[in-house]
Amino acid sequence: MNFIKFQFNSLTEFFQMAGHGPYVWVCYGITALALAYLAITPILKRRALFAELARQSRIEKHQQQKSNQNN
Amino acid sequence: MGWQWFHRLGSPRWFYEKTNAWIPWLAILSIALLVVGAVWGLGFAPTDAKQGNSYRIIYIHVPASFLALAGYYTMAISGAVGLIWKMKLADMVMKCAAPIGAVLTFVALITGAVWGKPTWGTWWIWDARITSMLVLLFLYLGVIALQEAYQHQDTANKASAILALVGTVNIPIIYKSVDWWYTLHQPATLKFTSESTIHWSMLYPLLTMIVGFYVFFALVLLMRTRTEILQRERKTRWVKALAEEQSK
Repeated sequence: MNFIKFQFNSLTEFFQMAGHGPYVWVCYGITALALAYLAITPILKRRALFAELARQSRIEKHQQQKSNQNN
Repeated sequence: MGWQWFHRLGSPRWFYEKTNAWIPWLAILSIALLVVGAVWGLGFAPTDAKQGNSYRIIYIHVPASFLALAGYYTMAISGAVGLIWKMKLADMVMKCAAPIGAVLTFVALITGAVWGKPTWGTWWIWDARITSMLVLLFLYLGVIALQEAYQHQDTANKASAILALVGTVNIPIIYKSVDWWYTLHQPATLKFTSESTIHWSMLYPLLTMIVGFYVFFALVLLMRTRTEILQRERKTRWVKALAEEQSK
């Protein structure tokens, strides 16, 4: 099973990749950040929208109660 | 053949509720594929005889480029569906595909530049493939800008759908650029019509990453479209009920 053999002798060698390490790791790092950005932004946006809608409905309820009391 | 599903797609609420259960499965599947593919490509795939270890960038560069193009198809086709059938959901998909495609095109360009430095000796060159990918990025940015430029959502959708459709002329140029102008970018590694020019020990992790990127694309497109649905239907009772339920 040659294809599941770890190609490097040590972790240091793995990080250095015979001089190509910085190039490879920078690419993987940027990609990880980009994918994380794509996945996290819609979650934050939805959370902010729900918080805003909940706030609005609380205000509406509050105003309704007030007008009921005045009547 | 029932066309009910097609008409139901006209209802954003139906789509939102239908896709609730898909999110966790897509998330698990894409994370698993991306982690396995990345570890395989970084540590276990053999080192390239000519390029050394810098070639390991292929495991993100090629999938990101694939999805940069697939994102454009998604955007242009849903733009066309929105123009022809006036389907709200298609317009939302078009709008949500644009930032995803732009980010993936950006990733393809950046990883290509970083790969180019140790391999070609330069970060950037006005090679046909690279230039046409830069045009793709600008097309995405154009669609995003048009979406923001109009007060009326319908006008914005029409304008950006037309830009997306006109921009498809760039797609065959991207594909053929490495054959028409044989300058610096290497020709395609994966071919559908003939044997690929890559050994299977490097091909399998690459395919794992490509499938992982496709699933991830489906996941974030779905997440963004669902958020867009909530945004547009914020005045309706069902979204308000959902917001109250979530913020308890």
